[in-house]
Amino acid sequence: MDDLLSEFLTETAESISVLDLEIVKLEQNPNDPELLGNIFRLVHTIKGTCGFLGLPRLEAVAHAGENVLGKFRDGELEVTPDAVSIILESLDCIKDLLATLEATESEPPGSDEDLISRLNAYAEGHAVPAASNSEPSPADEPGASKESEDFSVENEANKEESTPEAQVEPAAPTVPAPSETAEKPSSAEAATTKKATPIKQSSEPSIANQSIRVGVDLLENLMTMVSELVLTRNSLLQMVRGNSDSEFNTPLQRLNHITAELQEGVMKTRMQPIGNAWAKLPRIIRDLSVDLNKKIDLQMLGAETELDRQVLELIKNPLIHMVRNAADHGIEKPSDRVKAGKPAMGTVTLNAYHEDGHIIVEITDGGRGIAVERIKEKAIANGLASEAEMAAISDQVALQYIFKPGLSTTEKVTSVSGRGVGMDVVKTNVEKIGGTIELQSEPGKGSTVLVKIPLTLAIVSALIVECRGQRFAIPQLGVVELVRASANSDHKVEKINNAAVLRLRDRLLPLVYLDRTLRLNDADIPETDEEDHFIVVTQVGANTLGVIVDQVFDTEEIVVKPVAPMLRDIGIFAGNTILGDGSVVMILDTNGIAAAAGQQAIGSSEEAKTEGPASSSEEECVSMLIFRAGGDTPKAVPLALIARLEEIDRSTIEMYDDRPVVQYRDHLMPLVPVTAEQVYSGDGRQPILVFADGDRSMGLIVDEIVDIVDEQLEIKLSGERAGLVGSAVLASNATEIVDAGYYLTQAYGDWFKRTHGSEGQPTTERKRVLLVDDSPFFRNLLSPLLAGAGYEVVTAEDGDEALELLEKNPEFDAIVSDIEMPRMSGFDFAKACRGSERWRDTPILALSSRTSPDDLDRGREAGFTDYVAKFDRDALLSALSESFTLTRGVA
Amino acid sequence: MTDAPNNPTTETENPHAGQADGVKQEYVTIVIDDQWFGIPVLTVQDVLGPQRITPIPSAPAEIAGSLNLRSRIVTAMDVRKRLGLPQREKEEAVMSVIVDFEGELYSLLIDTVGEVLSLPAERYERNPDTLDARWREVSDGIYRLDDRLLVVLDVKRLLATNREKAA
Repeated sequence: MDDLLSEFLTETAESISVLDLEIVKLEQNPNDPELLGNIFRLVHTIKGTCGFLGLPRLEAVAHAGENVLGKFRDGELEVTPDAVSIILESLDCIKDLLATLEATESEPPGSDEDLISRLNAYAEGHAVPAASNSEPSPADEPGASKESEDFSVENEANKEESTPEAQVEPAAPTVPAPSETAEKPSSAEAATTKKATPIKQSSEPSIANQSIRVGVDLLENLMTMVSELVLTRNSLLQMVRGNSDSEFNTPLQRLNHITAELQEGVMKTRMQPIGNAWAKLPRIIRDLSVDLNKKIDLQMLGAETELDRQVLELIKNPLIHMVRNAADHGIEKPSDRVKAGKPAMGTVTLNAYHEDGHIIVEITDGGRGIAVERIKEKAIANGLASEAEMAAISDQVALQYIFKPGLSTTEKVTSVSGRGVGMDVVKTNVEKIGGTIELQSEPGKGSTVLVKIPLTLAIVSALIVECRGQRFAIPQLGVVELVRASANSDHKVEKINNAAVLRLRDRLLPLVYLDRTLRLNDADIPETDEEDHFIVVTQVGANTLGVIVDQVFDTEEIVVKPVAPMLRDIGIFAGNTILGDGSVVMILDTNGIAAAAGQQAIGSSEEAKTEGPASSSEEECVSMLIFRAGGDTPKAVPLALIARLEEIDRSTIEMYDDRPVVQYRDHLMPLVPVTAEQVYSGDGRQPILVFADGDRSMGLIVDEIVDIVDEQLEIKLSGERAGLVGSAVLASNATEIVDAGYYLTQAYGDWFKRTHGSEGQPTTERKRVLLVDDSPFFRNLLSPLLAGAGYEVVTAEDGDEALELLEKNPEFDAIVSDIEMPRMSGFDFAKACRGSERWRDTPILALSSRTSPDDLDRGREAGFTDYVAKFDRDALLSALSESFTLTRGVA
Repeated sequence: MTDAPNNPTTETENPHAGQADGVKQEYVTIVIDDQWFGIPVLTVQDVLGPQRITPIPSAPAEIAGSLNLRSRIVTAMDVRKRLGLPQREKEEAVMSVIVDFEGELYSLLIDTVGEVLSLPAERYERNPDTLDARWREVSDGIYRLDDRLLVVLDVKRLLATNREKAA
């Protein structure tokens, strides 16, 4: 039988027997509002559950009964013996239906029109017609309830005989489970089962009897005892290990088996199907689809997958939230779906399954997917990340910003979601129980949220590691792999400005030293050989992090014990445990480690900032990547422009049309050397800087990546040769600032539709230019270009910010603005500027990819001084200098 | 001192002192850096010799670590550090007094444990004002013994203030 149904039967049987008693009590105390409230609630619950399970006949009866009760509650009807009788009659009818349901797993055919119409008539205040055969006289009632009490005693006896594999309901109601009986007062039976199929009198114990309810406390206690047993077994095993002829070996092996089985058995009592947490979802989705005018189909797969009730409780609300999100944000309106060539009905799929000791829950929607650009904008707007950071990260990484607090991409807040709280809470809750959450999304195709949670929280498998002579446990759930790094092996730890990284399968893995994170440095034990490390690769959310430890031992089943209250504020421990040898070890929380490491990084960069010379102006520091390529002078390029740093095998470089290319992420990526004299053939590894814009990317061949510095960029000289913006002092060295745009055009001639030529405009005084562009890429590209041409550049990401800047700081000589921007278009922005006294005559240049005559006219109308094609950088520079001469002429 | 043993202020300030004449309080005496201390005997669960202690990184300095006491994890506090006393020499003995506080077990690391003393209320005195603030914070008062003074430790404050500090 369906789990849901059997649970419903158990629960409803209980409610009904409570109701029987309560209604009789009500007859004696007709004015007890508490009693009435309780009765109303119970009937209401039965009605609701019937509706949910698709049991229309039961629902109809319960509904009619509820109506009458509602009138009692509101004081519109008086509680009279007649009234009580009719309610009891409806309960009897429900019992009969339930009995049939239990026997046949479906409602009997037929209807209860007669009863329902009488109930309705009663609810409307008409006296109940004296149906001769349907109304048991009030005098019968105490008898009826007495009878049911007798039956419950009999049922106790049944219970003992019933099979021991009865499902245990882990809940702790105060009400014992006397069960309803299939037999009823004969008069009621005559009235209500006239049209129902005759009930099969089964000699077998009813479903309601096959499970007992046990207090959660008892189960928790059992679990604790088993945990202790596991620990004791572990230490016994440790004692006889390596002593093969010990007389204890055989009994110990047996103990081992029994303990394992007992552990499993006790765990099972705490297991519940994940479907329990989903029970509310169909209704939620139904309501949502009505509210939002969407067609949504909810598919639930693997509802029978079981997990620990403690975990289930904790995961319930996050799951509901994510499904809501999928339906609300993910699935499009039917009309939009049809337009996109998809069926009008959108599907949200929930899929749960076991995988290596964990439960995986996938929530997939076939909706519009998540707009990465919106997330990036939001993250920047909410100050979660800088534009430079956003421009540099991949879409996959950007997606994970959805889990940051205060980020919601829906433009309008619905009652359902979009309030900017939620996904961060979901993530926190999932991580609290040692789970991980990952988000994948494909525009137009939909999104998938992958939640990985442990089966249980009590006993976990953990990796035991050592660092500076101290041992720690790392829960296996978070461990992806182990890597041994040494100077001689393929894997070696490298440093970028003190930040340790490891090249792992063509990706850079950030590393943290466990001893530094835990501040173990002052221990007496000397630091082990710098070159020889074990790296525990852990998964922290969507990110991986390598934790450097000195030694890795085996894995052990550990019992997670909470740390003492005075240590709870230390975020890096998930608990502590006793190992088989009796020693106490701390269990590391990988999330905490990542957070602590992140803080340290922030802390150190802040220190570095305060140590350095105080900034002379408000100009922002720019992260520059310093590298060498052809020649000794270090070269640098803004880090924000670089999508990735890669190292490729030189043998994979192919020549295509006399130009080097490499297969990269299923595309051919052109490679461009910085200088012609660079050698990139032969064997070995070749570092490249990957620039990407949209789906195009190119690789810049460099000799060596030197460092990343955060410094104020003041470009000293205009570049004397193509490919250089100028030079600047970075990390105390004269460094050539490479013009990334030049190399982009080398790779793709049409990247900027660029023509060669010197653009440096010697100017007597530095002019301040405000650059407004919503694309971080172009802001990053154009501001060094303008700076190289001798302008002082301030950037703004949209019209609002630009206007704010203009208000605060009226020292701008010119404004360069994009046209297509979110919120305020360039036209509106120009109009707003022209409307102000101060900016009426300031040159405003439009940058746009659209340069039709119409656009030009519209631009002039809005107040733009000139209109330049976005990719024509020479035109921009000449237009700028021209505009100054013009205004000077006018002034 | 001429204070009457029944001085009401004395009594209210020391819950461990006798409520009436002749009622005695029992203390486990411990020695740290040659100073005698007393802990109410009922709070003490156990006295242990040297134990293997696992240090807890990032914990407050006075937390020496945790140890396994019959399958229970016990947090160990170095009382020397808590009281600002000089650190124990490597070869010096260390003992653990296990106390129960709010359902959790804690181990107080001290030098040696003496006998259990039954002390009459008339020998009790409240903390002298000149006592170091750190000591006053955790001390419940002083007993005048014949040959020495004994400082009564309030376990709750010894451990609780620490938690606040860590928070």
